[in-house]
Amino acid sequence: MKVFKGKGVYGAVASGKISVFKKQNITIKRIHCANSESEIARVESAKAKTLEQLQSIYEKALKEVGETNAQIFEIHMMMLEDDDYNESIVNIIETQKVNAEYAVAVTADNFAEMFSSMEDAYMQARAADVRDISNRIITNLTGATSDGGDLYDNMIVCADDLAPSETVSLDKDKVVAFVTAHGSSNSHTAILARNMNIPAVIGVGDEFLAQINDGDEAFVDGFTGEIFVNPDDETRDRLILKQHSEEEKKRLLQELKGKENITEDGKRINIFANIGSVDNIGAVLLNDAGGIGLFRSEFLYLENSDYPTEEQQFLAYKRVLERMAGKKVIIRTLDIGADKQVDYFGMKKEENPALGYRAIRICLTRPEIFKVQLRALYRASVYGNLGIMFPMITSVREVEQILTICDEVKKELNEQGVKYSKTVELGVMIETPAAAIISDKLAPLVDFFSVGTNDLTQYTLACDRQNPDIESFCNTHHEAILRLIEMAAENAHKNGIWIGICGELAADTSLTETFLRMGIDELSVSPSFVLKVRDTVRHCNLSK
Amino acid sequence: MVTKKVTVVNEQGVHMRPAGIIAKVVKEHPECEVTLIANGKEAKAKAPMQIMAACMKQGCEVEIVCNGADEQAVVDEIAALFESGFDE
Repeated sequence: MKVFKGKGVYGAVASGKISVFKKQNITIKRIHCANSESEIARVESAKAKTLEQLQSIYEKALKEVGETNAQIFEIHMMMLEDDDYNESIVNIIETQKVNAEYAVAVTADNFAEMFSSMEDAYMQARAADVRDISNRIITNLTGATSDGGDLYDNMIVCADDLAPSETVSLDKDKVVAFVTAHGSSNSHTAILARNMNIPAVIGVGDEFLAQINDGDEAFVDGFTGEIFVNPDDETRDRLILKQHSEEEKKRLLQELKGKENITEDGKRINIFANIGSVDNIGAVLLNDAGGIGLFRSEFLYLENSDYPTEEQQFLAYKRVLERMAGKKVIIRTLDIGADKQVDYFGMKKEENPALGYRAIRICLTRPEIFKVQLRALYRASVYGNLGIMFPMITSVREVEQILTICDEVKKELNEQGVKYSKTVELGVMIETPAAAIISDKLAPLVDFFSVGTNDLTQYTLACDRQNPDIESFCNTHHEAILRLIEMAAENAHKNGIWIGICGELAADTSLTETFLRMGIDELSVSPSFVLKVRDTVRHCNLSK
Repeated sequence: MVTKKVTVVNEQGVHMRPAGIIAKVVKEHPECEVTLIANGKEAKAKAPMQIMAACMKQGCEVEIVCNGADEQAVVDEIAALFESGFDE
């Protein structure tokens, strides 16, 4: 077994046979040509042929990878008609009295060099585009064709680097992966591979091509960027398993995207996603979550070396709300302390931080920090459908204090003529036994509950979930926890508010039916679990 | 001759796709000469490679210079492209 490592640009696992993509090595000779006109005519006809080819590649790409990605070939066509590029070719033919091939090659070198010398990585990658179209013209001038390697039914196409038009010209049904010795993650090869949904590993290095042969069996792991050539049995088994679990995820994606979260007997539920950074929104949308059930605002504090300003927070919240385009976004206010420490808060060391100065307790004793966040949230609320959720609630008094502070913030905004949405939902987390037990008193004060099962488990069972020695005592399905959730659900519904679960238990599909029977209205899970939970919901039948 | 100053708003700057879009618009108006000035470099707007070579990134100020038939309409059309972030 040989193992190579590069950079994975699309997360997927594939197995197949190595097929080395050989470009025909065209040696371009500088030949003296007195008849410039005929050389220029040759360039023109080669260009016309190239345009025709690009047009058909464009149409093929349009079908296979969509308009946004196909556009590159439209732009290639435009580059072909770029005046500077064409003038340079004609100029070289006329002044140096040389052959068309040579003029095109020199022009390509000059333009590619111009892009390569730019500081921007994206622009540097454009050098490959100039070479791609130039090589196409030269190929048409010489009448040579490039060789797509040996054709197997499941090819792992290996090359030094692949030009965009080459990746699309390949028979897509037969290609299972791309591996290139060079290339960047900005290259179109990488982008197109991502859109063809097949793994690609780039930058494996020069020695790679010398050590592989056509027909070698191999696995490509786009997650880790590894290529296993002639794998041993253990590796093969491991990767087959990984491949299957990924295919299962993909199957869910294809089958369940756009489908409703509805049980066989017609009960609907919301399935939202939990995220901790603006960067995760892509995954939320990809997995078709109905909204964001828990947006942890801590990243704003953890990434900063000082308190994040109102403006900083406002921009982050606005971005999330805008990108979610009217779908529910529930942002949880600052939840630091315990395992999440931030230096500039200057907090004292505690004997028992899980039971200490954390989350809402910090916010209520330091309202000046809390108000900055609330102002930012309310200001952002006009850009979408916002819910605000408060963590670590244990008493009615805390909720009353929070509501008073929210009213103060709104009053200030009113006075300053700053707009905010009047339909922002306010909710509390049910993550302490106390909150669940007094949920009948909390429910009339708020618009929703969200059960944080991680802390609820830890506090109910007096078990630190991080301590592996007591794992056997920490039964997350413990009846006490389920009873507390049920109690909160009953009290929520008696008061006409909704209840969701945003802890890890929400993604535990062995409990989905139990939660549905309790009347839980929303489950918020990691983006990658959304469709799995949807699948489970769609197979539940509560009438049985 | 008319000019207009715009700022690049889209995240990726004027990369290949926007450059192509600009060149396409300019070619529809062969009677009007369009130049883009950014980072102290001048680029003929009908040549996508020159536009890219000016390396206009997000936040970069660009001066659009139009000279010829329909110059006002052309300058407005191109400025609108920049302002819309090339729909990215």
